[in-house]
Amino acid sequence: MADSFAGTWTLTRLALRRDRILLPAWILGFAGMAGFSASATVGLYPDESQRVAAAEAVNAAGALVALYGRIYDPTSLGELSLFKLTAFGAALTAVLMVFVVIRHTRADEETGRLELMAAGRLGRSAPLAAALLVAFGASLVLAVLSALALIAAGLAVPGSFAFGFGWGFTGIAFAAVAGVCAQVTTGARSARGIALLTIAVSYAVRAVGDLAEGSWLSWLSPIGWMQQVRAYAGDRWWVLLLPIALAIVCVPLAFALRARRDLDAGLIGDRPGPARGRMGGVWGLAWRLQRGVFIAWCLGFAAFGLLLGSISDTVTGFLDSPQMQEFLMQLGGTQALADAFLATELSFAGIIVAAYGIAAASRLHTEEVDGHAEVLLSTPTSRVRWAVSHTMLALLGVAAILLIGGLTIGIGNALAMGDAGGIGGLLWAALARVPAAWVLTGVVLLVFGWLPRWVPAVWAVFVVALVIGEFGPLWDLPQWLMDVSPFVHSPRLPAVDSSNAGLVPLVVVTVALVTAGLLGWRRRDLQAH
Amino acid sequence: MAQVIDVRAVVKHFGSTVALDGLDLQVEAGEVHAFLGPNGAGKTTTLRILLGLLRIDGGTVSVLGADPWADAVELHKRLAYVPGEVNLWPQLTGGEVIDLLGRLHGGLDDRRRERYIEMFELDPTKKSRSYSKGNRQKVALISALAADVPLLLLDEPTSGLDPLMDARFRECVHEFRDGGGTVLLSSHILSEAEALSDRVTIIRNGRAMESGTLADLRHLSMTKVVAVVDRVPPDLSGIPGVHTLAVDGDRVTCEADEAGIGPLMIALSAVGIRSLTSQQPTLEEVFLRHYQDGSSDG
Repeated sequence: MADSFAGTWTLTRLALRRDRILLPAWILGFAGMAGFSASATVGLYPDESQRVAAAEAVNAAGALVALYGRIYDPTSLGELSLFKLTAFGAALTAVLMVFVVIRHTRADEETGRLELMAAGRLGRSAPLAAALLVAFGASLVLAVLSALALIAAGLAVPGSFAFGFGWGFTGIAFAAVAGVCAQVTTGARSARGIALLTIAVSYAVRAVGDLAEGSWLSWLSPIGWMQQVRAYAGDRWWVLLLPIALAIVCVPLAFALRARRDLDAGLIGDRPGPARGRMGGVWGLAWRLQRGVFIAWCLGFAAFGLLLGSISDTVTGFLDSPQMQEFLMQLGGTQALADAFLATELSFAGIIVAAYGIAAASRLHTEEVDGHAEVLLSTPTSRVRWAVSHTMLALLGVAAILLIGGLTIGIGNALAMGDAGGIGGLLWAALARVPAAWVLTGVVLLVFGWLPRWVPAVWAVFVVALVIGEFGPLWDLPQWLMDVSPFVHSPRLPAVDSSNAGLVPLVVVTVALVTAGLLGWRRRDLQAH
Repeated sequence: MAQVIDVRAVVKHFGSTVALDGLDLQVEAGEVHAFLGPNGAGKTTTLRILLGLLRIDGGTVSVLGADPWADAVELHKRLAYVPGEVNLWPQLTGGEVIDLLGRLHGGLDDRRRERYIEMFELDPTKKSRSYSKGNRQKVALISALAADVPLLLLDEPTSGLDPLMDARFRECVHEFRDGGGTVLLSSHILSEAEALSDRVTIIRNGRAMESGTLADLRHLSMTKVVAVVDRVPPDLSGIPGVHTLAVDGDRVTCEADEAGIGPLMIALSAVGIRSLTSQQPTLEEVFLRHYQDGSSDG
């Protein structure tokens, strides 16, 4: 038995060596985000009645509850400071841990690196054990550093630890889930996809559960558990046992699956495919490579759109306190408020969909480093034509996914209200978010053309833009810094006071970035793989 | 004869490392040209330059009369390439990859496709993920051979093939050449070069050390002579072109180059030869001499 773990320590050190920049950067990012968010809010709501009013407004808005979750103790400073980060931050932690685990298990197996090492004194279970050790360790460090950042920002000590460990244990739970996913498929890409899908489903399940207060659905989701810890609102420590229990189930399962399979094999085997291909050249190939992820995004956006659309009118139902009514009047009535929430949802969707654009355009980079581009470009296929195929799929994909989001929000809204008149406006409002998301696709092209090694760093640009968009106003960032984020320039449709002035500049910037990127790509060497 | 590939004084840097340092390479129409060299000599870099995937820092390159960097697309209509490390899309089957590459080459003749798939015994329904290195190489070879182009660039194409498939590959190359095609084949397998090629260029540290027919290359090397003579002549070591002379009783062992072999024979026959063996160098010896010379001056 011990033999199957031989070499775990060596592999752990190798994994830490390979992740020496990625992991610290992410962990510090998390802790920093939590700390900044807390310290900004502490100053905003010094007295309790203001906090209660703000918390009740959040809880009354179905859109906010679905996107971020509830505030359980309206008097709690900590909960109000961190309500946007509780479930969302837990999901991001889970994403990070999925990437870490798959990268050191199935991805190494698929590329054949593991085969090289497996011939040495290395137990069969060692790679999985090392990946889990690294992910668990990183989760715990993330938990402690986030707690310390929150304490430094002035929040209560027990609540800060409950919050930090809520994040960290969510990470541990999904690392264990990823360990199972890594055994299922033969491809790292699909293993990662399945693990990310479990995160998305967990997030959606808790969204539905949170809408009906106290629903058992929230308890089905590991991300819901993080919220049910109720940091700063009672600190229910025992809830933290749930993610650990999930890990205790998944880890032995993953090792058992690993022990029963061959190297390079999966539970889902490779079936024979067609002997003839019908792909019509580069475009057909690009679509074939991208379609699975694209369809998954469309389905995800459709599901979330229907959900968010159908609850956006519930904002009006809860607002019966005199204070709220007055607040509503100032905003111009209930329709304005509903529109403001729809605008919030669409802006959020506009930021998230940029991730699809980055991933799809980054395919150029992975195709190049995997050596596939070399095969293609030695045929009569021009460099520009090949680069344009993936770029167009990224740009059109972003537009299509957002349109599906807008359409389903509209349908959900129409079903709930019994009035389909708003669908056209919501489609236009979704379309108006497209150019901002395109800018990040353009950034990928620019980096691909001139600094190809740095393409993965565009994800950092995405995170910065996301944080500026979500927290910039809260943290009171200077306007010039806010203006760096393309999302700030999107019209806030369907809210009445929005301006379309940003659309043309965003499109122009996208075209300029793509063109500059293609120029660089035309004149540089193909990267060795 | 027309030159299909003409590389003159090409220089290529990767950062501070010099990959090609004034490389010359000429490949004539209708020949199989072997490009020999140790690992890291610059063979793959040269092939990528010929494809226009890499840009040169100095010198001139012409392939089929075109500049590969400027006219890559037009040029690629007339050549096919098999990379040294064939990386295919893991989720596509071999058959799908062959059809894709065929379509990019402007259409594929089904009969040729079937013929080569049968010849190399490839199962085209398997996903590339599950192919061995040799099978991935077969996919690339089938695509290249079925493409119906006048020039093939092959980067160590047989490194994953078994001996039977290797023999089929040689058949295909000969057939291709007999049909008027030109092949540039990088390799470090000497028997392959000897069996396949008309001419050879040996590259080391980014420079061509030697180029010519195999016979030429042998000429440039020493002939090993062992003679048993009646009486040892005193002045053998004075003959220009005779090296590593050793006399053991009546037995003379030495190496002679082209200039030295004639005078050596005259001197030996003057004293009476009882037995004589002379041995042409094998390609291995030519090859090793260049590599070892290189490592001592490198």
